Amino acid sequence: MNDISLKDALKVVGTRPVRPDGVDKVVGRAQFGGDATMPGMIFGATVRSPHAHARIKKINTAKAEALKGVKAVITAADMPEIVSEEAFVGEGPMNFRDLSNNLMARDKVLYDGHVVAAVAASSMSIAKAAAELVEVEYEVLPHVIDEIEAMADSAPVLHSDVFTAGVDPKPTKPSNVAKRVEFAKGDLAAGFAAADKIIERTYKTAPVHQAYIEPHACIAAFNADGQCTVICSSQGQFMVRAYCAKLLGIDISDIRVVPAEIGGGFGGKTLVYLEPLALALSRKAGRPVRMVMDRVDVFRGTGPTSGGTVKVKLGAKKDGTITAADAEIILQAGAYPGSPMGPAAMCCWAMYDIPNARAVGVDVVSNRPKVAAYRAPGAPISTFGTESAVDEMARELGLDPIEMRLKNAAKNGTKALYGPTFQNIGYVETLEAAKAHPNLQAKLGPNQGRGVATGFWFNIGGESSASLAVNEDGTLVLVSGSPDIGGSRASMAMMAAEILGIEVEHIRPIVGDTASVGFTFLTGGSRVTFATGMAVCEATNEVVKQLRGRAAKIWEIDVEAVEWRDGSAYPAGDNAGKFEPLSLADIAAKAARTGGPITAKGAVNAQGAGPGFGTHVVDVEVDPETGHVTVLRYTAVQDVGRAIHPSYVEGQIQGGTVQGIGWALNEEYIYTKDGRLDNASFLDYRVPVASDLPAIDAVLVEVPNPRHPFGAKGVGEVPIVPPMAAVANAICAATGVRMTSLPMSPPKLKAAMDAAGK
Amino acid sequence: MAKTHVTCTINGEETEFLCDSNQTVLDVLRDDLGLTGSKEGCGSGDCGACSITVDGRLTCSCLMLGPEAEGKSIGTIEGVATGDHLHPVQSQFLKHAALQCGFCTPGLIVATKALLEKHPNPTDEEARYWLAGNLCRCTGYDKILAAVHAAPAEMRGESA
Repeated sequence: MNDISLKDALKVVGTRPVRPDGVDKVVGRAQFGGDATMPGMIFGATVRSPHAHARIKKINTAKAEALKGVKAVITAADMPEIVSEEAFVGEGPMNFRDLSNNLMARDKVLYDGHVVAAVAASSMSIAKAAAELVEVEYEVLPHVIDEIEAMADSAPVLHSDVFTAGVDPKPTKPSNVAKRVEFAKGDLAAGFAAADKIIERTYKTAPVHQAYIEPHACIAAFNADGQCTVICSSQGQFMVRAYCAKLLGIDISDIRVVPAEIGGGFGGKTLVYLEPLALALSRKAGRPVRMVMDRVDVFRGTGPTSGGTVKVKLGAKKDGTITAADAEIILQAGAYPGSPMGPAAMCCWAMYDIPNARAVGVDVVSNRPKVAAYRAPGAPISTFGTESAVDEMARELGLDPIEMRLKNAAKNGTKALYGPTFQNIGYVETLEAAKAHPNLQAKLGPNQGRGVATGFWFNIGGESSASLAVNEDGTLVLVSGSPDIGGSRASMAMMAAEILGIEVEHIRPIVGDTASVGFTFLTGGSRVTFATGMAVCEATNEVVKQLRGRAAKIWEIDVEAVEWRDGSAYPAGDNAGKFEPLSLADIAAKAARTGGPITAKGAVNAQGAGPGFGTHVVDVEVDPETGHVTVLRYTAVQDVGRAIHPSYVEGQIQGGTVQGIGWALNEEYIYTKDGRLDNASFLDYRVPVASDLPAIDAVLVEVPNPRHPFGAKGVGEVPIVPPMAAVANAICAATGVRMTSLPMSPPKLKAAMDAAGK
Repeated sequence: MAKTHVTCTINGEETEFLCDSNQTVLDVLRDDLGLTGSKEGCGSGDCGACSITVDGRLTCSCLMLGPEAEGKSIGTIEGVATGDHLHPVQSQFLKHAALQCGFCTPGLIVATKALLEKHPNPTDEEARYWLAGNLCRCTGYDKILAAVHAAPAEMRGESA
């Protein structure tokens, strides 16, 4: 059954059962972060900076504290001062001091929306009124928003202790350039010298928000004995626990974090914003405190992903062979260092086998909210540049864009620019499947064009825990440590059911709190089905072993002579046919007499996540009068290893693709001249709505990952990588205009068409 | 500030509550009546996660003040199923995997039910425009539309 080549033998994996948490979600009973209550709870609100960059001269909380119903007011003075320390708790490197200062500004505010104080009161309306009464005296400083302007010598410097890392010699003056990374191989100069055609372009992308529909929310209680409980919506209950402990100076064992249902995250909930504040307020007030952001807070105060500048130089022979490729990716980190420029550089050329290549990442701070992870962090930005350039090259050389990619495609054995040698990858398979898709036969009309782009994400594994317990009647409870964002409880139960040979409905999968399951790294990096799935399989295999042992005991034969299949123990070998098979229920009923409860744990640090590749083809129509782009048809092909629950795999691809379409066409952060965010609402920050879109045809290609019991690869992140370039390439095919700046909104496209005389 | 006494019908049951004049119906439902199925995604009528029906008309409960509910008949997600019998829109959302995180789902189900009661067989374009006021960030809407189009047959009793 664990032979991944035997797909036909699978009975549960690959089917489409109703998800176990589904009914709660369609009847409105599922408990999200803002739905939980605690006895005696009060309500928290934040005070946020109206300035992009200012020194905090004085905070006077007296008036707020005097308001009837106010139970606590906190500022940075109520939080421990954290020393600078690099850590890796969330999805990327993070400095604890920066995180603390990002939650609650200490000396300076660094962006519009930066929290400077928080209040808790007996009602939300009193808390909001009290927040208005907190008086903050600022000395406004010059600010800088754009990453290129922030790199200038004359730019206001945000941090006096940031000296560019990764350059030699080490700078003697602080600057906004926090770090530089470089991946390189071969001889670029020779590669470009050998090229018949060179394309050199600079691309620009706007910062975009994950725009999960559920705003951040938590409820926290700090008890008199120092024990804390936090119920919150996050991508990792253990991440929340670690950050709260560190930022408040509490022992990890004193904090229990209970994961609520999470209303979307996409990377944006891999950090804490409210939880330590709610605990600090609770400690001061002696009451549980609930904090829920409003949408304006979410846009102003939480991390979007970076906007950036991508400089690409690409050289190729007349036949399409790429001889050299160079990319420099300059990304906004927001107010504190730590943009995803590393992954951006790692991913941008990974689809290709290029002898001479380089990718440079540059991390730049400016007066924006600190960026957070967003689905394949960095890769969509860099890939917009590289895949636009590859398309332009194919166009210039008169080659089909899929054939151009096939000619240069990474294959098994290709050594990626960022280090590893690829094995069991399915990039070529996605290109071939795209080529064969009926959507590519559709005839295009006037003002219509077809665009192709591909993308890569490396996927991760990491630490995961799970436990499985057999109930008295032979049903089971499966506990894992991974918050379920998009149906992972279903896939966990399906993998266990496949191994046990039972119906998936007999297993109740839940997400455990930090006190009821072993440490599990957060839900991110497309790791859950792979890594937590391995922990589940390990626990399930152990349960099967115990079940065989119990049957052996009942039959008084050797355990090796017991075989497990189709949910029952069968005597095997010489004993075959000598005893009636024992079902799970039979063995469960006799558990007390055969050794007690049947339970097992799985704990892994999963290695060998299979990298993911996708090929997207989009047809668009451009309105020549307005520059408005209509997406007519979308085909998203992806190598998924093995789809455990194909509907939710398709859902990941469709959802990621549509986020990419929003990134391509509409979404952006708009700042006023004085550095204030000017579009902090869903009216002005426009995510795609149903009427903007056609069907999204998700095509699953399965090249199994041998490191996973069923061959699974991460699937959630790849689909957001290709869409921006695919749409830009389609617009170019439709209009002849090459768009190099996102979003390709109607006014920008119209202006570009007018300028080109199209 | 004196509270306003409001009498209305919620999911078929006569309900009384006291509210501040600036409290929204969404706040009343969630904080005072324990009906947390309606969600606040934006508080400005842009996301539809708080969708309810008021005298049969689809409404964002975050844009309606508590006192305005006086005498009205309100339908929320908690009233869509009949006991443990799911409404066809709910069962088709499950069957078609039309939800991932599930946060927008209550609003989408209330909105879809309102659509199908008015237009039992919408075209894809009609359905997409009707649902344009309900944001979903997870699914790309594809499977939601599949569920919307599958529900009418079940509502007519043509499929299970």
